[in-house]
Amino acid sequence: MEQKVNNKNVFMGYTRSDLTNFLIVMILSFVAIPLLVKTDYWYSSILIPWLCLALAAIGQQIVMGYAGQLALGAAGFMAAGAFACFNLILRVPDIPFFVALGLSGLVAAAFGILFGLPSLRVRGIYLMVATLASQFFIVWMIDKFGWFKNYDTSGIITAQDIVILGKPFTSPLEMYFVILVVVTVLTVLAVNMARGSTGRNWMAVRDMDIAAESMGISLLKTKLQAFAICAFYCGVAGALFAFTYLKSLEPVAFDIKLSFKILFMVILGGLGTISGAFIGAAFILLFPVLLNSIGNNVFHGAIDATIISSIEQVVFGVLIIVFMIYEPLGMAKLWGNIKQRFLRKRSLQ
Amino acid sequence: MTEVLFFIEVVVAGLLAGTMYSLVALGFVLIYKASSTFNFAQGAMVFFAVLAFVGFMELGLPFSLAFVVTVLLMVLVGFCTERMVLNPLMNQSEDTLLMATIGLGFVLEGLAQAAWGVEVRRLDLGIGDFPIEWIIDVFGLFVSALDLTAGIVAAVLIIGLALIFKYTRMGLGLRAVADDPGAASSIGIPLKNIMLLVWSAAGVVALVAGMMWGARAGVQFALVDLALKALPVLIIGGFSSIPGAIIGGLIIGATEKVLEVYVGPFFGGAIEGWAPYVLAIFFLLYRPEGLFGEKIIRRV
Amino acid sequence: MTIERNFPIGEPVLEVKNISLRFGGVKAITDSSFSVLKHEIKAIIGPNGAGKSSLLNCINGIYQPQEGSIAFKGEVLGKITPNLIAQKGISRTFQNLALFKRMSVLDNILVGRRLHMKSNFLQVAFQLPKARSEEKANRDKCEEIVDFLEISDIKNTPVGKLPYGLQKKVELGRALATEADFLMLDEPMAGMNVEEKREMCRFILKVNDEIGTTMVLIEHDMGVVMDISDNVVVLDYGKIIADGPPDEVRANQEVIDAYLGVSHD
Repeated sequence: MEQKVNNKNVFMGYTRSDLTNFLIVMILSFVAIPLLVKTDYWYSSILIPWLCLALAAIGQQIVMGYAGQLALGAAGFMAAGAFACFNLILRVPDIPFFVALGLSGLVAAAFGILFGLPSLRVRGIYLMVATLASQFFIVWMIDKFGWFKNYDTSGIITAQDIVILGKPFTSPLEMYFVILVVVTVLTVLAVNMARGSTGRNWMAVRDMDIAAESMGISLLKTKLQAFAICAFYCGVAGALFAFTYLKSLEPVAFDIKLSFKILFMVILGGLGTISGAFIGAAFILLFPVLLNSIGNNVFHGAIDATIISSIEQVVFGVLIIVFMIYEPLGMAKLWGNIKQRFLRKRSLQ
Repeated sequence: MTEVLFFIEVVVAGLLAGTMYSLVALGFVLIYKASSTFNFAQGAMVFFAVLAFVGFMELGLPFSLAFVVTVLLMVLVGFCTERMVLNPLMNQSEDTLLMATIGLGFVLEGLAQAAWGVEVRRLDLGIGDFPIEWIIDVFGLFVSALDLTAGIVAAVLIIGLALIFKYTRMGLGLRAVADDPGAASSIGIPLKNIMLLVWSAAGVVALVAGMMWGARAGVQFALVDLALKALPVLIIGGFSSIPGAIIGGLIIGATEKVLEVYVGPFFGGAIEGWAPYVLAIFFLLYRPEGLFGEKIIRRV
Repeated sequence: MTIERNFPIGEPVLEVKNISLRFGGVKAITDSSFSVLKHEIKAIIGPNGAGKSSLLNCINGIYQPQEGSIAFKGEVLGKITPNLIAQKGISRTFQNLALFKRMSVLDNILVGRRLHMKSNFLQVAFQLPKARSEEKANRDKCEEIVDFLEISDIKNTPVGKLPYGLQKKVELGRALATEADFLMLDEPMAGMNVEEKREMCRFILKVNDEIGTTMVLIEHDMGVVMDISDNVVVLDYGKIIADGPPDEVRANQEVIDAYLGVSHD
């Protein structure tokens, strides 16, 4: 049965429920959380990495969930963005932070186009292997050419402070606001693209490329566009990740494991939905925290930390298999189903 | 003259190291041939198998018994995979299956570490990683005994598997299943048994590959990353070809060694980390089906 | 039988000359030539495996014939790609349904408007006035098509969940949405019951009559073919064995043999 929804456009193509949802999220994130959450731990260890990784997951979502291209190199693009941002702030005097951030995204996007080229010839696992090249190459390049690291030999470089209009943003809460602004803007843009003709082109290529081409969609343009936008989001996310969460720049932080993590966020969160990126990122990030606190509080540290991280790995793996079998569209779809059932029950009463 | 000898040495070392990649790739090919499933978990199976083997040895089992027990364990893993992962996902898209096997890989890695810990183990097969004297005497080349053993073991395994594929009833059934699972099962070929057999064979291959890698580099998590290099090997050789896995492994092994030794120093080294993948991209551009793969014709 | 048509049949608009297509050693089409006249409905018939779909796929640029040339509106097309063909104004449906399964009916049809939507991804991302007005105009157009095909009650359903007959209709809708003046329909009525077929015929004739769209259709139901087509091409073993008005083709001995299965050696 079709759920009756209010599809009437109220403002700029958004429905009333879009706008209320947006308002609720904005009030929650900009007002309620800063008022209620006082401990730095929550900002620096949960909220900040969550938003950064969710942004990267949106990028992965665009290329994989929307355009259907199996790419596995998000962390490589994040590294490109992070080091681009570091070098821009280092070498361009007085560059505004947001300008540096945007340019970092563009640098990553250039890599995205370059390593997206194989997608024109191959798909599936073949493409996955080709995109692994970007992962390994970018991290290697940054590691081996001293210029990128400003000839620092210690291996770990401290990230510069974020300064906007002369004011440094260094406390966890301040940095949270900076990230929140970036994530809000980029999420709205992503939603617009996903719902508009851009997103339709991606999904058409994903679902049936030959038919898409026969309708006049250029596969070349559409795929490379998806790769570029994916890499842009990952690049910005990588820069924010390095500057606000890691507070340092080290190529090894952007290894293949991080790419897998972002892949898992998208798969578990739900392919082909922007909200899935946020849900998946929250789950991947919070589950280990939960597991650790169970280990500490219930078993009082009797379980070795390595065992806990192994269990975490097993659970992620099992969940992926279970979702592939029962709900390939992930947690976002699951949540949607629950919501719908709830709404229907209420409307029956 | 010494330069030529050195070059040959580099190539030989690369080729022998390449057989190790071939061994991992072989496991992928077996499963791909039988079920058109790309088993991303093959690398994790290598890690799981050898860690289990070392674990059993540490419990005091003799070498041969530990080997047998590990083989049985891998058969069990194959059985569970077939029943709990592949069967429910029958008729799903290739991408879905691929993601499920990525999940499977994580499960195996996690289980292995939970059961046997994360510290690096030494695995002594009684074969040292040192040059063989008579080869130095006769040819003037330094060739590692371990590398040579790995090469010979790989060759034996491959010839054995090729014979099984060609001449046994099981092999015939397997080829039929690979061609058309529906038709094969409708004429009474036991699909499930064949899948179980293939996964078990892949498990044994994984164990052997893991033992070779473990003896050289220690039994540790890094094996999973090494096993990732089997992916470019497969792209070069083609996913469905056993000879392809071998030749692909040799090409990757030799090329990355030669590049590392002769080109690497100009860029600060460690280019073997990405060189195989870039090589694979070039192959993809010119021969997407691999050297020995079947040409894919997409019907509309 | 001379009913006044809104768009009388005119000059050849598509000319296929001496096309040959091979897959490896298998000959799919051998040295085939035919042309399609402006505003006509041309049927391509023939036994299974005769090469009908391959022929459409050649015109569409999905397959590259080894020999021969294809001219559209007087212009010989060089390297043909599906994308280029779409831009030239040829649209099509597919034999085995090529819909975007996870997208809604309306979104599928909106993809057909691709060439009418000119705003780039930045304009879409920032919802600039151009992107918004374009989206609205095209959405309205697709609503019209949905109404015309009488499928407005399912317009928000993902296409993959629809029964076969409805999916065929959606595919026709997507092809219509392109507003191409040349339409190729690959078995638009396969798997339909009599009722559904009659309805589909009505849509096809209506489009041809009201908009003047030139149509090439592949169909197995001889009744349908004889009823709605102006001309019929008969393919057998990759060769054209007859080309002409339905009555003429029906009387052709070679055609009768091909359908009754007279041995070829």
